[in-house]
Amino acid sequence: MSGPFPQDRDRITIAILALGGQGGGVLADWILDTANANGWTAQGTSVPGVAQRTGSTVYYIEMVRKGAAGANRTDPVLAMMPVPGDVDVVVASELMEAGRAILRGFVSAERTTLIGSTHRIYAISEKAAMGNGLGSSERILDAAERRAKRFIGFDMDAASARSGAAISAIMLGALAGSDVLPFERDAFEAAIRHGGKAVAANLKGFEEGAARARSRVDEVEAALQPPEPTTAAGAELSARIAATLPPAAHRFAIEGVRRLMDYQDRAYAAFYLDRLDAIRALDNGQDDFRLTREAARHLALWMSYEDTIRVADLKVRATRMDRVEKDVLLGEDQLMTLTEYMHPRLQEVCETMPAWLGNAILSRPGLCRRLQPFFEKGRHVQTTSLRWFLMLCMLAGMRRWRRSTLRYIHEQERIEGWLDKVRRVAATDVALAAEIVATQRLIKGYGDTFERGLSRFNAVVDAAVPLAGAPDAVERIRRLRDAALADESGAALAGAMEQLPPARVQENA
Amino acid sequence: MAERSFKKEVEKLRLGAGEVFEGEGILAVTKALLQAGVAYVGGYQGSPISHLMDVFADADPLLRELGVHFESSASEAAAAAMLAASVNYPLRGAVAWKSVVGTNVASDALSNVSSGGITGGALVIVGEDYGEGSSIMQERTHAFAMKSQMWLLDPRPNLTSIVDMVEKGFELSEASHTPVMLELRVRACHVTGSFVARDNKRPPLTVGEAAASPRRDVNRIVLPPANFLHEIEKIETRWPAAVRFVAEQRLNEHFGPEQDSIGIIVQGGLFNTLNRALELAGLSDAYGAAQVPIYCMNVTYPLIPDELRAFCAGKTAVLLVEEGQPEFIEHELNTLLRQADLQTRIIGKELLPRAGEYSGQVLYDGIVGFLRKWAPERAPQVPVPVPPEPELAKVVPPRPAGFCTGCPERPIFAAMKLVQRELGEFHVSADIGCHLFSILPPFHIGNTTMGYGLGTAAASAFKPSEGPGGRRAIAMMGDGGFWHNGLTSGIGNAVFNQDDNLTIIVDNGYSAATGGQDILSSKANNPTRKTNNPIEKAVRGMGVRWARTLTRTYDVAAMRDAMLEALTSPEKGPKVIVAQSECMLNRQRRERPLMAKAVKEGKRVVRDRFGVDPDTCTGDHACIRLSGCPSLSVKANPDPLRQDPVTHIDNSCVGCGNCGEVAHAAVLCPSFYRASIISNPTGWDRTLHRVRGAVIGWFQRRQARGIAARAF
Repeated sequence: MSGPFPQDRDRITIAILALGGQGGGVLADWILDTANANGWTAQGTSVPGVAQRTGSTVYYIEMVRKGAAGANRTDPVLAMMPVPGDVDVVVASELMEAGRAILRGFVSAERTTLIGSTHRIYAISEKAAMGNGLGSSERILDAAERRAKRFIGFDMDAASARSGAAISAIMLGALAGSDVLPFERDAFEAAIRHGGKAVAANLKGFEEGAARARSRVDEVEAALQPPEPTTAAGAELSARIAATLPPAAHRFAIEGVRRLMDYQDRAYAAFYLDRLDAIRALDNGQDDFRLTREAARHLALWMSYEDTIRVADLKVRATRMDRVEKDVLLGEDQLMTLTEYMHPRLQEVCETMPAWLGNAILSRPGLCRRLQPFFEKGRHVQTTSLRWFLMLCMLAGMRRWRRSTLRYIHEQERIEGWLDKVRRVAATDVALAAEIVATQRLIKGYGDTFERGLSRFNAVVDAAVPLAGAPDAVERIRRLRDAALADESGAALAGAMEQLPPARVQENA
Repeated sequence: MAERSFKKEVEKLRLGAGEVFEGEGILAVTKALLQAGVAYVGGYQGSPISHLMDVFADADPLLRELGVHFESSASEAAAAAMLAASVNYPLRGAVAWKSVVGTNVASDALSNVSSGGITGGALVIVGEDYGEGSSIMQERTHAFAMKSQMWLLDPRPNLTSIVDMVEKGFELSEASHTPVMLELRVRACHVTGSFVARDNKRPPLTVGEAAASPRRDVNRIVLPPANFLHEIEKIETRWPAAVRFVAEQRLNEHFGPEQDSIGIIVQGGLFNTLNRALELAGLSDAYGAAQVPIYCMNVTYPLIPDELRAFCAGKTAVLLVEEGQPEFIEHELNTLLRQADLQTRIIGKELLPRAGEYSGQVLYDGIVGFLRKWAPERAPQVPVPVPPEPELAKVVPPRPAGFCTGCPERPIFAAMKLVQRELGEFHVSADIGCHLFSILPPFHIGNTTMGYGLGTAAASAFKPSEGPGGRRAIAMMGDGGFWHNGLTSGIGNAVFNQDDNLTIIVDNGYSAATGGQDILSSKANNPTRKTNNPIEKAVRGMGVRWARTLTRTYDVAAMRDAMLEALTSPEKGPKVIVAQSECMLNRQRRERPLMAKAVKEGKRVVRDRFGVDPDTCTGDHACIRLSGCPSLSVKANPDPLRQDPVTHIDNSCVGCGNCGEVAHAAVLCPSFYRASIISNPTGWDRTLHRVRGAVIGWFQRRQARGIAARAF
């Protein structure tokens, strides 16, 4: 892009992109205050209205040096909205808002200093997806580096949490620290003091923002190290993984073993490795042992299905209580009670019983009808009260008898059915077998959600098996899996299923 | 009490002559009204003029001192009808609303007051909600001005011009016996700036004094034969008077050189944007020193033929910057020039977009096009546009407006989703208000919206068919819309016509979408208004027999069951559910400081917030699809085996309980918990906590040993 508009002018324009409730208006007021008090005429405007309710809003500021020579008027004529290519500073309170500023053309390589927080506040479309709907942060960061004259980006939300200041104070600090405006640092601080709200915290946040704008610190995520065994049994299984499985599958397999020992016991984890070894035997190693890798992941997930015993076990742990205390920012001198929202249905209760008893109840419709009313309502379970804590503890203790429960028997049957199909397909089409393994991702949740996922899983896997050997089988199954996660009603999956050609006989089987 | 307190701004209303007023455009108008000696003010709140109403509502003592009457009108129609006070008496009156919607509602009274004409100045302040950020249909108020022959002011968007135009508007109104509209665009309402104040003026005649000595003139009443007389009067006396006044007072302005072969005519409100576009084209500067003649119409109706003819004469082409459509000014200007046999080409919509807001970029492009054709030597080098990034566009998600954190309307629609899961889809007639966000993700509920308070009326054509398969329609209405006109046009209509539909009235205690103003059914005690009038009583008074009030919308199961009953009950006739819970935004504004104060004072305070256990959450996000709460979000799954993000509740949670109730009612998952955090616990709290801690701790230690023993 060649030089857009005349550069020689005594006018500074600032666009602030913020979400409702992030204090974009406060930030604008601070900047206006700073400018007006330091020899500039500044004008701000905005478009609040419904955008305030969770939408994104643009605040726009223009300033002109006071007393600068005007041709025939003393009062400047300032515009009400940014013109693409004519914005000196863009401040974005969130990463995607920085992306939006770029999309709207506010960020230009000749002129614009882009100051953006790198944290994410997810949009409803990202949050509501049935799988992973998150937009790519890397894309935005890349575009910000490429398209701005200068990009100052850091996690302002974290800085806000550290300093106890509003994110608007961090943004003001970053703006001051960028040295792009002709004002000294104390001029900005004076504006915060003049505002009069949470002055101490906001000054602290301001300082942090300014420091971060001056010195760039790259935020590096620490790579996750696989856990080291802490018991003899762990060491033994770890050695077995090292001996029998390809390195590509080690991370998931170790995690799987760790999880299943925690979930049940050593024998159950060994059982997992037995199953995994059988898959490994069929893997020809293509795509870096994708079949074995995915099997290590999904088999562990399925074998640690969330039954009432597991839920109770996780809810009463001391580590969980500690985590909650941290999550809710419990203060030193505060106390906390915890209430769970649980809704065990008759089915789940019966599934936790020994198979014979559970079956006996579930197979008698009359009895079920009479018992049903006791399971209509959700329970408010106060885990921090003794009565409920002990009850959950007892339920968690039923882990020892898990293998005799109805749910265990059902799940193992389902797992075997799945593994059977995987093995059959793997004999001729390892890539497709890996897709069948990965389809386990559709099974999640509880109650109706679980049943919906399971039925979609079955539909996709059943469609997959006859495709073995077909050149585009992998692509087709991926498409089906995406369709299964596309909507709640199942319309997308039904549509995708219809597009599938009639099942072919496996010619090359 | 409104969402924002304007105590500070009210103080600005007291500024005297020579002092400098600093603030937003719409607040400058409030001061200008007092400076003009206004006797009465009314209006209906709505973006972008809500702040005007809020400031006056907070300025009661000052208004009493000055003898100015202010009321929060029940609707724009009520506000417009108030202007009747200026018909017989030299009372200056002003009313304000959001346009074009408010003008629609007000148009009956506006037509009447325009026909009969006025004695005292009558000013209608319209916030033109057009372009970016607008929440309504894109139409022009200009059409209303033309059809009723009211004058339309569109001042340059700086505080001094706006304030001047308020004063001149009253004078114009009195000089021509015609009500005047002052149009302010959204950004002009919110623009910051300053102007030099004058003293407030006590109205020479107050409304009380006028009422004490009534006057009557049958010729000012719209009834034959006076109505025919009015039309002639408009054309023969009022219009010429207005044109004369505008010309004499030089309300329209000229900028730039006197002589040129080209020129630009612009609506006053767009002047600053035009100047910026010219500056970027190298033809002006930041001080408005334009190098092309500009005729700036601070009065956009009526046109001043002599001025326009003089401006256009001798120019080959004139660019007309007229936002919105139809392009009324362009049509009239062309007629004018034709009649004067002037050959100047008027370039308007042939170059500038017919629809949409005239942003700086749009005007820049328009000017460049205009110069290329009519003054190519002055056309600037256009910068190479920045290459678009289609890939980036796919990544950046839209951010539709939605319910606030903890909004009590959310559980109503969560319940409705559960009802639809059981009974199938319903036709849902939506209304105007926050609840209209239900049409957006994640709820996707609502088929049409026909206007404020018209949800029920808009469902009235749907008579359920007799026998099996018959399905009632659902109408939504907010408490604001209900009192605005829904009680009569919705509920009254439904009773009279024996409708069989369900109306859900959201009673959150405020006119929430417009900024939390009090209304008839508000729970707050308002010293200057009569509140606490229950909605259920009103609908029963209208003749509704099946009416329920649910006092806690967060009880999703109860909401669902009430809807199920209303939709399946054998009883005929309209059914009304009043769904009551206080607007969370306003509740937090009220309670948060009180809570913080109590904690500081060492009082025991319990605050709830919700959370999700990441190890039991499996990442299906069904809870989000039934909620959409901003505090209910997602984060990367801490479990190295799982791929989908887990649900997560951040610290903005206000503990409304909706997510837990939804998880219960929809039988979702056991991951939600409520943490009740006790600040300044009592001795009893501490003892109980210690005892529980001891027992629970013992079991947890035992459990931890077991886990460690079988660990990896």
